[in-house]
Amino acid sequence: MTFPLETAANPEKLKRVAIEPLSRVEGHGKVTLLLDDDNRVHQARLHIVEFRGFEKFIQGRPYWEVPVLVQRLCGICPVSHHLAASKAMDLLVGAKHLTPTAEKLRRLMHLGQILQSHALHFFHLASPDLLFGFDSEVAKRNVVGVAAAFPDVAKRGVLLRKYGQEVIRITAGKRIHGTGAIPGGVNKNLNPEEREYLRRDLAQMIAWSRDAVNLIKRVYTERPEFHNGFGHFRSSFMSLARDDGALDLYHGGLRARDEHGQIIFDHVDYGHYWDYIHEEVKTWSYMKFPFIRSRGKEQGWYRVGPLARMNNCDFIPTPLADAERREFLAFGGGAARQANLAYHWARMIEMLHAAEGIAGLLDDDDLMGTDLVTRGEKALRGVGVIEAPRGTLIHHYRINEDDQVVRANLIVSTTHNNQAMNEAVRQVAMQYLDGRNLTEGLLNHIEVAIRAYDPCLSCATHALGKMPLEVELVDGAGRQIDCLAKDGDSSCAA
Amino acid sequence: MSGNAISIDGVAVAFEPGQTIMQAAEAAGVYIPHLCHHPEFAPHGSCKLCTVKVNGRNGASCTVGAQPGMVVENNTAELNDGRRALTQMLFVEGNHFCPFCERSGNCQLQAVAYFLNMTSPHFEHFYPPREVDASHPEVLLDRNRCILCELCVRASREVDGKNVFGIAGRGIQARLVVNSHSGRLGDTGLAATDKAVQVCPVGAIIRKGTAFRVPVGKRLYDQAPISEVGTHVTGQGHGKT
Ligand code: SF4
Ligand code: FES
Ligand code: NI
Repeated sequence: MTFPLETAANPEKLKRVAIEPLSRVEGHGKVTLLLDDDNRVHQARLHIVEFRGFEKFIQGRPYWEVPVLVQRLCGICPVSHHLAASKAMDLLVGAKHLTPTAEKLRRLMHLGQILQSHALHFFHLASPDLLFGFDSEVAKRNVVGVAAAFPDVAKRGVLLRKYGQEVIRITAGKRIHGTGAIPGGVNKNLNPEEREYLRRDLAQMIAWSRDAVNLIKRVYTERPEFHNGFGHFRSSFMSLARDDGALDLYHGGLRARDEHGQIIFDHVDYGHYWDYIHEEVKTWSYMKFPFIRSRGKEQGWYRVGPLARMNNCDFIPTPLADAERREFLAFGGGAARQANLAYHWARMIEMLHAAEGIAGLLDDDDLMGTDLVTRGEKALRGVGVIEAPRGTLIHHYRINEDDQVVRANLIVSTTHNNQAMNEAVRQVAMQYLDGRNLTEGLLNHIEVAIRAYDPCLSCATHALGKMPLEVELVDGAGRQIDCLAKDGDSSCAA
Repeated sequence: MSGNAISIDGVAVAFEPGQTIMQAAEAAGVYIPHLCHHPEFAPHGSCKLCTVKVNGRNGASCTVGAQPGMVVENNTAELNDGRRALTQMLFVEGNHFCPFCERSGNCQLQAVAYFLNMTSPHFEHFYPPREVDASHPEVLLDRNRCILCELCVRASREVDGKNVFGIAGRGIQARLVVNSHSGRLGDTGLAATDKAVQVCPVGAIIRKGTAFRVPVGKRLYDQAPISEVGTHVTGQGHGKT
């Protein structure tokens, strides 16, 4: 099926604008627009260069290597892959229930990852747009500009991220490519010195996370119509939720709500996710388009990530974050619940939840237990799902009798959001670009919409917001007619 | 220096008659980098990592017998440069992906590389196609990581009395083979407790189900360099050598 603006009727008559590569997002991607002579938008697409080699590379490798190996997929969210794969491996070794020490240690690792990832995204990648404006002076619209104009904000971003990385280092053994989670459990507990070390700065981290929520709340609510309406559309949402409906980033059943907030499915055992989610392939994109099976290809697409989790859960099991969640949902009579830019707000509420959650875990003596691994009857298929910083992450493996991986299927958060990001691009193109002369500031509006989702455009490549953006205007025959370089002086690279 | 003694880098090292330079050095706690040498097996002399200068001439210290008054150079920049190049070649001739190898931190090849300050493989990777044999219920053979030291071959033959492993082909074609009708490990009499399973200096022969049990920071070579802790690997290696 197609959506309005997804495919133009007669593309040969149109000029093509490419935003490539996208900046301040993780990985490589590009947006192409087809415009007519009056600059009316006829087609808008987000393309993603996905890392395809992984499923092949992993074939034949022993399953126990997978949780460590998959961290190579992404330099930004390795811990999410480590944990999702480990959960799948738990099932292969028959560990249906981990020991309390193992589960809590993994949860601690995961919250460290949420904290560091959300801090990085908000302070480094998103705050330049939010603090300076989407079409502010491009030379300043970056993390260096933020550091100059708001030194405290930038410094806190760095330290929050660093704290999250320390949690990861201590639980996984290393900041990246750690080995903490193993099939059936973990390989270490938390010792008293490590606990004291992590406790030392924690009150500060919680306070700074609260400040971050307040900062985004202030920015957002100062211009409610603009922020609510930016690229606006309605969609379903999917996430894990705990049995009692609580936000749970590490484990739960799949829950989906439609665009009116009605439950589509709930308490779904993710071991059978394929009964609920299918993936559509489109000719123009490498990335698949997942949809909820019962609603079909046209209606079935959905969003994942912080906003989905905020909408889906019944409560957040840490008090400060839960109070913020209520305020968020009530804002403007629920006006932010479907808003693209509300992802930023939801993300900071989750960062606060992560900081609070870490505090709760550190008070739990189970973390220092010595019972680390469980085993049971072996199985040949394992599915592991977690709520990664960017949304639901699905790892699915089959092994043979000799313990070798024969098949792997991954649905990463960014893939779930593929349709939604394309929708956001089209809406923004219509709202802000249609019929106007394109400027860097206007094109940045498109990127702002994509950035709200914090996409990890390729879990194999990443760069931190330093990528130059090139926009070319090409006519229908592919001739370049104009060129705009992202470094701000509008010089033409051609 | 008098009697049965040699000098290694200017330090007198006593030896028993019949000992090699390597054996004398080990007994005295002097580290000479090595990979195919193991104190419980006859010298093999294939990796050449243990090359020292004996009275000014190169020789493999694991095969050269100690003689009274020998002047041995070991820990010199020149010799270590050569050893580094050999180590780099070992890395590119196989497929060694340390970041997700379960022997990382307990691997002698990696530890030697660290000892020699090897910071990159330097040479172009061969990426040779190598086979994984997972057919044995308790032991995995990953030829991607095999450095052809033949320790498993020797251990299986001399200690286990089974002759499970062998080397076929020469030069760059050389590969570790399994002596069974199918050529697969599952069809041999190999037991997980065999000496052949304990001696592999790298991650080519490993016990299934034990991966990553030791956290980063607690692995053998997290504690101290190989020159200090030797080659003992918890639960599966041999003593300080
Ligand atoms: S499998 Fe291990 S012990 Fe055997 S030859 Fe290869 S590296 Fe040496
Ligand atoms: S240790 Fe002497 S040649 Fe290998
Ligand atoms: Ni990623």
